[in-house]
Amino acid sequence: MKLWHRYSGLILPILVVAALAIWPTITGKAANRESAFTILKAVALASSLNILLGYTGYVSFGHIVFYGFGGYVGLYLLTEQEWSLWNAMLAGGLASGILAFLLGTAILRLRGAYFALATIGINEAMKAFINNFDLFGGPTGITLNFSVYKLYGGAAQALQTSFYIAAGLAFLAILLSHFVRTSKFGLGLLAIRENEDAAEVMGVFAPNAKTWAYVFSAIIPGMIGVLFFFKNGNVEPHDAFPLHASIELLVMVMLGGQGTVLGPILGAFAYQGMRGYLVTSDFFKDIQLSVSGALLLMIVLFIPAGAIGWLRHRVPTLRRVLA
Amino acid sequence: MTILLSLQGVSKRFGGLQALMNVTFDLPQGQILGLIGPNGAGKTTLFNAINGVYPPEGGRIIFRDKDVTRFKPYQLAKMGMARTHQIVRPLNELSVRENVMVGACFGHESQNLGNAAKIADEVLEFVGLTTRADQLASSLNVAQKKRLEMARALAAHPYLLLLDEVLAGLNHSEIDGMIQTVLKIREQGITIIMIEHLMKAVMNVSDRIVVLDYGQQIAEGNPEAITKDPKVIEAYLGDPRLADQLLEED
Repeated sequence: MKLWHRYSGLILPILVVAALAIWPTITGKAANRESAFTILKAVALASSLNILLGYTGYVSFGHIVFYGFGGYVGLYLLTEQEWSLWNAMLAGGLASGILAFLLGTAILRLRGAYFALATIGINEAMKAFINNFDLFGGPTGITLNFSVYKLYGGAAQALQTSFYIAAGLAFLAILLSHFVRTSKFGLGLLAIRENEDAAEVMGVFAPNAKTWAYVFSAIIPGMIGVLFFFKNGNVEPHDAFPLHASIELLVMVMLGGQGTVLGPILGAFAYQGMRGYLVTSDFFKDIQLSVSGALLLMIVLFIPAGAIGWLRHRVPTLRRVLA
Repeated sequence: MTILLSLQGVSKRFGGLQALMNVTFDLPQGQILGLIGPNGAGKTTLFNAINGVYPPEGGRIIFRDKDVTRFKPYQLAKMGMARTHQIVRPLNELSVRENVMVGACFGHESQNLGNAAKIADEVLEFVGLTTRADQLASSLNVAQKKRLEMARALAAHPYLLLLDEVLAGLNHSEIDGMIQTVLKIREQGITIIMIEHLMKAVMNVSDRIVVLDYGQQIAEGNPEAITKDPKVIEAYLGDPRLADQLLEED
């Protein structure tokens, strides 16, 4: 019974990811696999951002910096140092984690809007830096030699493998999110979110806790970055650090419900589904970002707790499952 | 008699305002110290200096034989200091039980989640919030939120408890209940400093009283001596007859 209580919140998230991983295999269509890849990537990124945004209450407008930075480090190691994809992914995640640690120590003293602004600044500064950093190819970026894919059974097989790794990373992101949510560390983060001063008075070592939350929210994005740009074949500054992607992540987390394990997953799913429809429709294809903006506005105005938060509030009996 | 907390010439200035000047007293273990003074006398500022919210500019604070003058609130919490806030600070979107668990998990015993839940249930029963344990903290009324503040502080099993106006805003029966609770806390061996405006209450429960006025410590002593101290009557109450009236009043 106790075990059930502890893990009941994981059931739905795992089912969603498992379904996403199996769906393309059953239908056997490459297009489905690409859609599922995009959703799994969004699930992993949104769940990671949720650790900072949902649990700790710090809004980051530049979270994509970890995805881009990790991606760059990984691709550099893949091409120039001929590391394997696995090691490059680990290194990318580690690099993003270290970057988050350093940034967190410096900017997590800022609160509210000041922190949010600083995160935008960091993303833009990183983009400008990489643009002028010759080791990472400057403005032209890094392009993978096609022969790299041979190590993974050729390009087609590499795409398939990448898909399964994406599913694995999404799964990892969910586990991390769940374990942070249900741990003592997570309780400290929630206390910081609710009232940082009161939390400190009760003994929560807020500067440390916030920095670790930032690090945990940065590692998987770094790994996803390596995977995505490996699959993509090249990385360029404007692909690696798109500010609008950071904002789309915020919309996903807010839409599904910040501070819950399931919320960002459903948010990522729903948002990517909507986006897929919008970019292929004649009318919306050029203005799909404005639809995201309008959506964010509606969420903030009408369901600030997101879909899951709203359901938890309305149907208290579901609370255990909708953790 | 061991001294738990010792303040030696503690001073704090905000710009041109001398909020605290040379506050000096020793607090023996197991006592209740009443901290009184008119509005703006610096009582809450003194709490903030003691528990590290604003470090003082001058003087030293010794807690459990250690100089803690520049310590941060979370370091002091780990050493066994806990406080309540005059303006309550509930963790609104967490349940009442989770609020109290934060105190137990991050206070000086650093309990794990399982033990913290047990401690939370004990403490909630002690302060009379058991039936509210699963509600969100935001759903409590003011009196209950004050009890929640107290429960969070107690869950840490502190050596020193700083109570900032736990009686303010409560009605008569709530006040009586809270006073009983304070006395029971002392029976557990916890040392208490309480800021209070209700004279009758603070005179009844305190072993000793320190009076602040414009940041200066103008008197210190047992309750009877304080009520007769002319400086206190003049500075704090203004009119000696008013003092008697206030004491008669409930």
